[in-house]
Amino acid sequence: MKIGSGKHTGYGDVLFKAATFLSALIFSLAMAGVAFELARSSRLSIAKFGFGFLWSQAWNPVTQDFGALSSIYGTLVSTLIAMVIAIPLSLAIALFLVELAPPALSRWVGYAIELLAAIPSIIFGMWGLFVFAPFLADHVQPFLQKFGGFTPFFKGPPMGIGMMSAGIILALMVLPFTSAVMREVFSMTPPVLKEAAYGMGATTWETTSKVTVRFGAKGLMGAFFLGLGRAIGETMAVTFVIGNNHSISASLFSAGNSIASTLANEFTEASDPLYLSSLVELGLVLFAMTLLVQTIAHFWLRHLGKTTGGRQ
Amino acid sequence: MRTRSRARRVALDYAVRAASTVSALIGIFFLCWILVVVIHRGSAALNWDFFTKLPAPPGAEGGGLANAILGTLIMTAIAGAIGVPIGVLTGVYLSEYGRGGTFASLVRFTVNVMMGLPSIITGLFVYTMLVVTLGHFSGWAGAVSLVFIIMPIVAGTTEDMLRMVPDSMRESALALGAPSWRTTLGIVFRGAKVGLITGVLLAIARATGETAPLLFTSLNSPYWPGNLNHPTGNLTVTIFSYAMSPYPDWQQMAWGASLLITVGVLSMTILTRLALVRKG
Repeated sequence: MKIGSGKHTGYGDVLFKAATFLSALIFSLAMAGVAFELARSSRLSIAKFGFGFLWSQAWNPVTQDFGALSSIYGTLVSTLIAMVIAIPLSLAIALFLVELAPPALSRWVGYAIELLAAIPSIIFGMWGLFVFAPFLADHVQPFLQKFGGFTPFFKGPPMGIGMMSAGIILALMVLPFTSAVMREVFSMTPPVLKEAAYGMGATTWETTSKVTVRFGAKGLMGAFFLGLGRAIGETMAVTFVIGNNHSISASLFSAGNSIASTLANEFTEASDPLYLSSLVELGLVLFAMTLLVQTIAHFWLRHLGKTTGGRQ
Repeated sequence: MRTRSRARRVALDYAVRAASTVSALIGIFFLCWILVVVIHRGSAALNWDFFTKLPAPPGAEGGGLANAILGTLIMTAIAGAIGVPIGVLTGVYLSEYGRGGTFASLVRFTVNVMMGLPSIITGLFVYTMLVVTLGHFSGWAGAVSLVFIIMPIVAGTTEDMLRMVPDSMRESALALGAPSWRTTLGIVFRGAKVGLITGVLLAIARATGETAPLLFTSLNSPYWPGNLNHPTGNLTVTIFSYAMSPYPDWQQMAWGASLLITVGVLSMTILTRLALVRKG
């Protein structure tokens, strides 16, 4: 390579460094910008409803009365269903990939699971609305109602669309992320520890539950937060299948809404300033929720990297 | 450890092994289910008109989504042209200049947060920033909202990939008298080439499949994307509105568009995977 003369190098270095610094600055400004813009655009709604917005169940564009409770409830419940399914499933998948499958099989199965993450949200939505929800309504939900109908969770007509299908689809969407982190955590466990357990006659499961999981407990928490962050703001897939109804019901069969689905559905139709402002405030609430989860995940994983000698 | 009979412990172990194998199969099963449905229903909608004609009203014969295909390509290209350089330069800053500094850790934090930010929030942000200010939905606003998808992914992978280049290579270049910007662009980039391209392709693939950021920015349009100051047609928002419509022929078109998006995004993803495998 050609080497520049001393005079010009300093100039180029300063320019290049400035360009990289400016780009980095854009990130911090954009982040601050998001918070500022959302707060500014929801001022009408904040002034009118105050903190009551968060626990008011009203949502009536005609009487101009808005509250976030049903959307927050739907967001939390669909995310909870997703995590309850995704965490054990991805733990089992990670166990299969790291401990059980022969390396060649493990690689291909790993790719397949990763590929789930590449499928766009809207495709999950199409499949969910036209294929999966009808399947649930015809084959799964009647069965659940028959055997679990006495609980409040399986009441009402089995329509397919609702909290349950939203939660299951969200679980499929976060699965690749959580299982990837868990897989890494599993393979980080020093072989000596595992061999010691095996040497004492422990079975694969005993080694996993008593050694690997304990050694990587913090990393598994990180996987949980990562999945949580993904699920909480997922928009299109949820919008397709959740049913978009501003109501709170304990039944998993009933239609509900999430913050993201409310935004996707109603934003372009909202013409009134207070209506729009309330929708933006919903966005602000979602922003605050994800920021909290992301912040915990970020510092948790960083702390983890320090204590286990990894980077970041 | 409680004492249990060996038979019971082994039986439990087999049960867990079986459950974990079944879990892996469940993951693959859903992947295949989704792909088969999209290919099966989508291929019925694809024909020459689909790629060359403008949308037809419901009930009318023929018609295609040529404008939406073009709109998606244009907006993604513009977003890439803006987002990739910013992302790469930020990655360079984090890896080469600000390794341990306070500002760098702040930026690293915002990159991470932005990567996990729901895409509908970026759409909302660009709406309040551009659409409200300018007074109309536009293709430009759509492209800008996609920039916020591309930027953090590229920045994150760039930092990771550059960090994998050993410091001895930097030191050799500097010892030969190369200025640090040439060291970065000529030596470190060359070492991390495959990884950098992978990050860029992944980011573009993600942006191509995004819907939520476009909902309130570019909106959608049944016309050719001639002027980006107007609402601009795109595949993903078209899928959303056609799927929610009561017309079977529009829903059919939505499946066609779904197949196109899925094939595009997955082939880009697989390509990057192959590149990484060949390198490793």
